[in-house]
Amino acid sequence: MSTVAEELRQVTPAKLSIEHVSKWFREGVVQTHALDDVSLSVDEGEFVCLVGPSGCGKSTLLNMIAGLEFPDSGTVLTEGRKVTEPGRDRMVMFQESALFPWLNVIGNVLFGLKLKPGLKEKERLEVAMYYIQLVGLARYAKSNIHELSGGMRQRVALARSLAPNPRVLLMDEPFAALDAMTREQLYGDIQTIWEARKKTIVFVTHNVREAACLGDRVVLFSPHPGRIREEFKIELPRPRDINSASLANYASEITTALKAYRKTEEND
Amino acid sequence: MKRAFTALLFFAGLIGVWHLLAMSGRWSPVLFPAPMRVWEYLVSAVEDRTLFEALGVTTRRLMIGYLIGVVTGVPLGLITARFQWASDTIGVTGLGLQTLPSVCWVPPALLWFGQTETAMLFVVVMGTVWSVALATDNGVRNVPPMYVRAARTMGSRGMHTWIQVILPASLPFIVSGIKQGWAFAWRSLMAAEIYVTILTGFGLGQLLNFGRDLNAIDQVFGIMLVIVLVGLLADKILFSPWERFLHRRWGTVNA
Ligand SMILES: Nc1ncnc2c1ncn2[C@@H]1O[C@H](COP(=O)(O)OP(=O)(O)OP(=O)(O)O)[C@@H](O)[C@H]1O
Ligand SMILES: [Mg+2]
Repeated sequence: MSTVAEELRQVTPAKLSIEHVSKWFREGVVQTHALDDVSLSVDEGEFVCLVGPSGCGKSTLLNMIAGLEFPDSGTVLTEGRKVTEPGRDRMVMFQESALFPWLNVIGNVLFGLKLKPGLKEKERLEVAMYYIQLVGLARYAKSNIHELSGGMRQRVALARSLAPNPRVLLMDEPFAALDAMTREQLYGDIQTIWEARKKTIVFVTHNVREAACLGDRVVLFSPHPGRIREEFKIELPRPRDINSASLANYASEITTALKAYRKTEEND
Repeated sequence: MKRAFTALLFFAGLIGVWHLLAMSGRWSPVLFPAPMRVWEYLVSAVEDRTLFEALGVTTRRLMIGYLIGVVTGVPLGLITARFQWASDTIGVTGLGLQTLPSVCWVPPALLWFGQTETAMLFVVVMGTVWSVALATDNGVRNVPPMYVRAARTMGSRGMHTWIQVILPASLPFIVSGIKQGWAFAWRSLMAAEIYVTILTGFGLGQLLNFGRDLNAIDQVFGIMLVIVLVGLLADKILFSPWERFLHRRWGTVNA
């Protein structure tokens, strides 16, 4: 088997376990209780969406899985191993694309591949092109980042995070800054890509419909301190259409729950 | 084509006006030479090779000093941005020294090194290094933390992050820093050359000063013209490529 085929082979998605995780942030005298005793497990190849109001610790949890931040108590495990640092098995797609403006599209996708040992330059290019094609940007491989639209940038960011062939994909509000039309198109694409490259995905969003459209499961958070309040299993066939009626039912159910928690908080 | 034509027309007009003013007889030709006289001086200076020699001497001093300044300034800025202790010591020193007009380095340089090439180099280096270091430091501090986090998730660590992420991410700042460093170096070198005669080689500044000693206004004007041209040329050769690269990759950057 050639190295490229080896590199592109399907890796098994990883299982995630978050066990009794708490996290505080201290800034001078101000202390924020970002997460309070959060436990969550995500199965191999599952697509989980985290929703909740601003400040409920969604990004913090994602960063802990990525190994960019660490819990004050509790543990985060991938495949039963404690997360101690970032690793290529868990790639992150950030809210703003965080693409490097000094590199062009293919340069950005190659960045992670160049850090992977055992690939020749030509093979890396081949792998990078595969992912750029997968996100539908073959014609733009040599383009500079500032020449792309917001939607195209997020596609590049997706290609960049898929390229090292991770087992887990962590996405932090990747479509928040895009217009509705572009987003709808990406919902379709991301489902197709997920079929092609099966990963365990943790996806953070403010958009309840988006969560219901993409997730196998939607996990609802509430803030101050950040806690998991409720989980919804979305049992709809894929690919899902964001505008379908059955999806709207799920969305309104989640929205009702979201509002209820906000009420109880106000009454506290 | 149209742009070149406009520019040509402008400069032709400028020389024309200059000529007319000189011909008007309002000022003595000893104080205000006609363009033809300046041209004649330049031709004679080219013919007897004094101009090329001076140009060579000056550019050599400038390039060597400038290169040393950039090559030490960039790492210095990286270090002060990375380590708090360096920022508190070297960083503060640099900030102080940068406010010092670089001509002020001429007297100590002469005392330490005498009327030598080393003194000239020292002045140029001092003019360059601090502004380059400060710009680099500033650039590094302005790198969005997001870039570093993204790089870390892709497996970048330590030196790799510094060279592949932080350095290129601060490039817009560094380029404007080395440009400012160039301006300081160029000005301080001219001041130094006018101020002292270095026997190992006569630079443009020295030719300018001789012009004054000889009361030769055509020489003074001619050398000033050459100094302006060198400045313009350096800008085109040294900085335009970087700025074009920044513009192409980053889009609009006001570096
Ligand atoms: N580095 C930090 N220093 C201090 N406080 C922080 C830091 N990161 C997060 N916080 C605080 O922790 C809490 C949770 O933040 P987090 O970013 O995880 O929320 P979020 O759910 O992602 O919010 P949003 O939906 O607005 O992105 C917030 O109150 C935030 O102010
Ligand atoms: Mg967030």
